[in-house]
Amino acid sequence: MTDLPATHEPAIKRPVRWHIGVFLLPAFIIYSAIMVLPLIETLRLSFYNTVDGAPAFVGLANYQVLFGDARWAHDFWNALVNNLIFFAIHMCVQNPIGVALAALLSTPKLRFAAFYRTAIFLPTLLSFVIVGFIWKLILSPIWGVAPWLMSLVGTKWLFAPWLGQSGPALIAVSLISNWQYIGIPMMLIYAALLSIPDEVIEAAEMDGITGWSQFWKIKLPLILPAIGIISILTFVGNFNAFDLVYTVQGALAGPDMSTDILGTLLYRTFFGFQLQLGDRSMGATIATVMFLIILAGVSFYLFAIQRRMRRYQF
Amino acid sequence: MSTRARTSPVRTGLVHLALIGYTLIAVFPVFLTVINSFKDRNAIFRSPMQVPLPSTFSLVGYKTVLGQADFIHYFQNSFVVTIVSILAVLLFGAMAAFALSEYRFRGNALMGLYMAIGIMIPIRLGTVAILQGMVASGLVNTLTALILVYTAQGIPLAIFILSEFMRSVSDDLKNAGRIDGLSEYAIFFRLVLPLIRPAMATVAVFTMIPIWNDLWFPLILAPSEATKTVTLGSQIFIGQFVTNWNAVLAALSLAILPILVLYVIFARQLIRGITAGAVK
Repeated sequence: MTDLPATHEPAIKRPVRWHIGVFLLPAFIIYSAIMVLPLIETLRLSFYNTVDGAPAFVGLANYQVLFGDARWAHDFWNALVNNLIFFAIHMCVQNPIGVALAALLSTPKLRFAAFYRTAIFLPTLLSFVIVGFIWKLILSPIWGVAPWLMSLVGTKWLFAPWLGQSGPALIAVSLISNWQYIGIPMMLIYAALLSIPDEVIEAAEMDGITGWSQFWKIKLPLILPAIGIISILTFVGNFNAFDLVYTVQGALAGPDMSTDILGTLLYRTFFGFQLQLGDRSMGATIATVMFLIILAGVSFYLFAIQRRMRRYQF
Repeated sequence: MSTRARTSPVRTGLVHLALIGYTLIAVFPVFLTVINSFKDRNAIFRSPMQVPLPSTFSLVGYKTVLGQADFIHYFQNSFVVTIVSILAVLLFGAMAAFALSEYRFRGNALMGLYMAIGIMIPIRLGTVAILQGMVASGLVNTLTALILVYTAQGIPLAIFILSEFMRSVSDDLKNAGRIDGLSEYAIFFRLVLPLIRPAMATVAVFTMIPIWNDLWFPLILAPSEATKTVTLGSQIFIGQFVTNWNAVLAALSLAILPILVLYVIFARQLIRGITAGAVK
């Protein structure tokens, strides 16, 4: 992949199409130099370790440590399971609500639609520094905002310092993340819904299909590609998640590692934290495993799901 | 409530009710932060839900923030990095998306897959090698380093989203342009780009957010005082003033403001594009 096949492809009965190369080249160069090559270097590092003070090729020894050593394996599986829960909560809470909000927003001639859209998208704009700190304050028993709000609906007895309890902490952090990112599925689905031509909707109405059944039978099939995109973005973003756990719970992903996900595990391993020294080789090994998990999920999407989706051209 | 044909007032009312309900959930934490940033310390703890009254109004938090850190300068750095990166991502991303969605050539699918890898793989996994490269080229502690990284980070998603949209641009239109003697470059810049403007605005918004809010690369590649971004600046500030709630709430409120302004600018373009129905 070091050269552009496009530029020296003699198309049948056509001159060399240089413009394809010109269109591709800037993106290709920046992307390859800053992203792909460093990633390859990281994957390579996972097969190396420091032996007698010098870097040496160790084959799969790092992987044997990661999966074989009881302490490493425990941390790794803990983080992976937490990551899957984190992902499941996003798919079950964030994306359906996002689609529902987009459907509501696309109601024809809805007043204040721009206002709602801006307001609901607001949390997505905020940095993890802001989101993490605001929610820590709100959920803090010291400040008492959350218990007070719950007392308004008579459920104050349900309140607990969730972020400090090892069971609910992961759910709480996931829901904070949902709160922050709901704007993304909403916007993508909203744009997809708006791009459905009026004629299609009018034809449906002529046939007496309106309201909810119109959404389920006409609009939903048309926006399936967009739903596919948000699912895969959620899947990938889930492995990129690090910042929120870091700002809410710290690099140790407390309490008792109950909110530890692969991102925080990688950070601690790669760069070290407190007494633990940074280990580049083990960090690269975890990064490689994450790479493979992500690759498997995305390949599944591209080959098994996206291929089967119908595309409509209006 | 306006009642047009086909929409009953009850239904419209329910739609508004649901949207208002979620809007409250979305806005409340931000609102809470902003109102409390204008109160004195006692009032923050005693009655967090109350808007600032003349008796509790205080700007002490803002005075601390503006006296301690060079926030104006941090904002400037963040603006430069974010805007230059977005422009680069949009231009290069749209060009590549056009090449991939418009032309059939050998290696097309492979190139598309190669570019898509970047959506899936967090660029952070390569941080050590990126840092080595930046050190070698003397770009550490420059805004250029951040711009390069963010451009590389944004391009894959831009290509992915934009090529989805470009496939929906009518072939007849492009072929009509070709018959009229337009070059491929003219077709791209004059016919296709204006049509996918709403998609460009979407990409701009999605590219902007992770760039503006990123903590990782400013910390590693450009932590110097001269190149600090506002996210890094406020993180360090909050770390130092963690018990001074006035200052923390004021810093949070200040950090929210500019991203909101940037968003309003882009959202207008987004909405204009969508309402013009350009995609159809």
